[in-house]
Amino acid sequence: MSVLLLAEHDNAKTTDATARALSAALQTGKPVDILVAGENCRPAAEAAAALSGVARVILVEDAAYKHGLAEVLADLIVQLGAQHYQTFVAAGTALGKSVMPRVAALFDVMQVTDVSRVVSPTSFERLIYAGNAIQLVEVPQGKTVLTVRVSSFEPVKVGGSAPIETAAAGPAFPRTRFVGESVQQTGRPELTSARVVVSGGRGMGSADNFDALIKPIADRLGAAIGASRAAVDSGFAPNDLQVGQTGKAVAPELYIAVGISGAIQHLAGMKDSKVIVAINKDEEAPIFQIADYGLVGDLFTVLPDLDRALQQQNRVT
Amino acid sequence: MKVLVPVKRVVDFNVKVRVRPDGSGVDLANVKMSMNPFDEIAVEQAIRFKEQGKASEIVVVSVGPKETNETLRTALAMGADRGIHVLASGPVEPLAVAKILARIVGDEAPKLVIVGKQAIDDDCNQTGQMLAGLLRWPQATFASKADVSESTVTVTREIDGGLQTLALDLPAVVTCDLRLNEPRYASLPNIMKAKKKPIAETTPEALGVDIAPRLKISRTFEPPARSGGRKVASVAELAQLVRDHVGV
Repeated sequence: MSVLLLAEHDNAKTTDATARALSAALQTGKPVDILVAGENCRPAAEAAAALSGVARVILVEDAAYKHGLAEVLADLIVQLGAQHYQTFVAAGTALGKSVMPRVAALFDVMQVTDVSRVVSPTSFERLIYAGNAIQLVEVPQGKTVLTVRVSSFEPVKVGGSAPIETAAAGPAFPRTRFVGESVQQTGRPELTSARVVVSGGRGMGSADNFDALIKPIADRLGAAIGASRAAVDSGFAPNDLQVGQTGKAVAPELYIAVGISGAIQHLAGMKDSKVIVAINKDEEAPIFQIADYGLVGDLFTVLPDLDRALQQQNRVT
Repeated sequence: MKVLVPVKRVVDFNVKVRVRPDGSGVDLANVKMSMNPFDEIAVEQAIRFKEQGKASEIVVVSVGPKETNETLRTALAMGADRGIHVLASGPVEPLAVAKILARIVGDEAPKLVIVGKQAIDDDCNQTGQMLAGLLRWPQATFASKADVSESTVTVTREIDGGLQTLALDLPAVVTCDLRLNEPRYASLPNIMKAKKKPIAETTPEALGVDIAPRLKISRTFEPPARSGGRKVASVAELAQLVRDHVGV
């Protein structure tokens, strides 16, 4: 029995998180089909078909799936999956986290949340207590429902040509209605897939400072921007930039933490980064205990100086 | 309108938990316990709906050992009206909690269930969605804004890349994110008053729910430790290191 992976897409292509969740799905060793549900989303289905290792793409086009609502997606997955699939996987994004527990409840099984390692088709590792402990979890016979901690898996590369099959829409759910959306297009890399992340914390002091000091460095490094919970709560940065236990988990090549003290809830989201740089005026800040390189200093002078220094190095080469 | 708020007793968010060396789990002896912070936000939201004249009664529910009574008292001191304590020892999985809540929803008939988006101990992020699925109710996860009328709850949700607003016909389930509100502290007079508020006790068996775990936790262990590196003396040195690591 094969695996059904719920794709996340913008109608034109599937997300990096989907390619990472596919990695995890393939590690079960079973054939993996990708479900692309949306309105006018055939290009996304073609993008999914091009991902290496995909067995089939199941394309379901209906206006009901335009906004990624959990109720209709869960019913669709159950309708498709009751007979033909054993394992159901999604990236642990806002979409996957909304849809998959509902799927699990409809199948009367427990979900395994935020899988960080696939040990076997029936055993998985996952983080608990803000990443302070790892559980090895074994699922019983029957349906298995997983969400994937995307920062723990590399994205699957392009190189396949899976067949695309269409399937009928599932039942409607008129009791939930889409009202509106405000989604920012920043032109920056996705936070969860960026090679470099520059994050600001409470020490930034204001939204204006955050923009004026973090953005130039991020632009220069081609980096995504992140934030601590304190910075988001204070309105310095939008909510979807929050890195941490209840925000996003990231594992870039380089993570630069600026004005972030390093609460365990923040560390949970970034301590798998390859190299961590911390800039903080408090030399006792816990962030320095995990940073590879720390600079004790006032970020209001350090960041402009760093920006200039990076600019000069660029000129030298 | 009656509002039901499930709350969970968890290790306080300030505690750094220790993993038992034998791999059997996390050491919870003599550890400070508190209400799950996301559930505090849920309680606060229900109280705000009541203060706005939109909710008539707030019922808080918790599944856990006898000490869970304290967590319910905290919610009552914040402003909830009465509690239901489902006595259960040991961890209860989100699916079993959702089934218990579904039975209580059947008895209490609330129009709205507000719950935290995840518990900070098992970090599962499942219970609200599972409850909505079992009841076949509308759901809105990760709420950062919520407004309720007689027949609808309108929720702004934190999604990847921004915010999404949904309208749900009642009854419905809403799960709370951090930015929904800032929970109040209970005042001393309200803590005293809360002692007289009723807490009904029941059990999973009485509700007809099997709470035997579905997942087997075969081992719990610590993640590899990350040790601190070194301090750099100058911005120039830092710039060179950054350059070495990203090739810019």
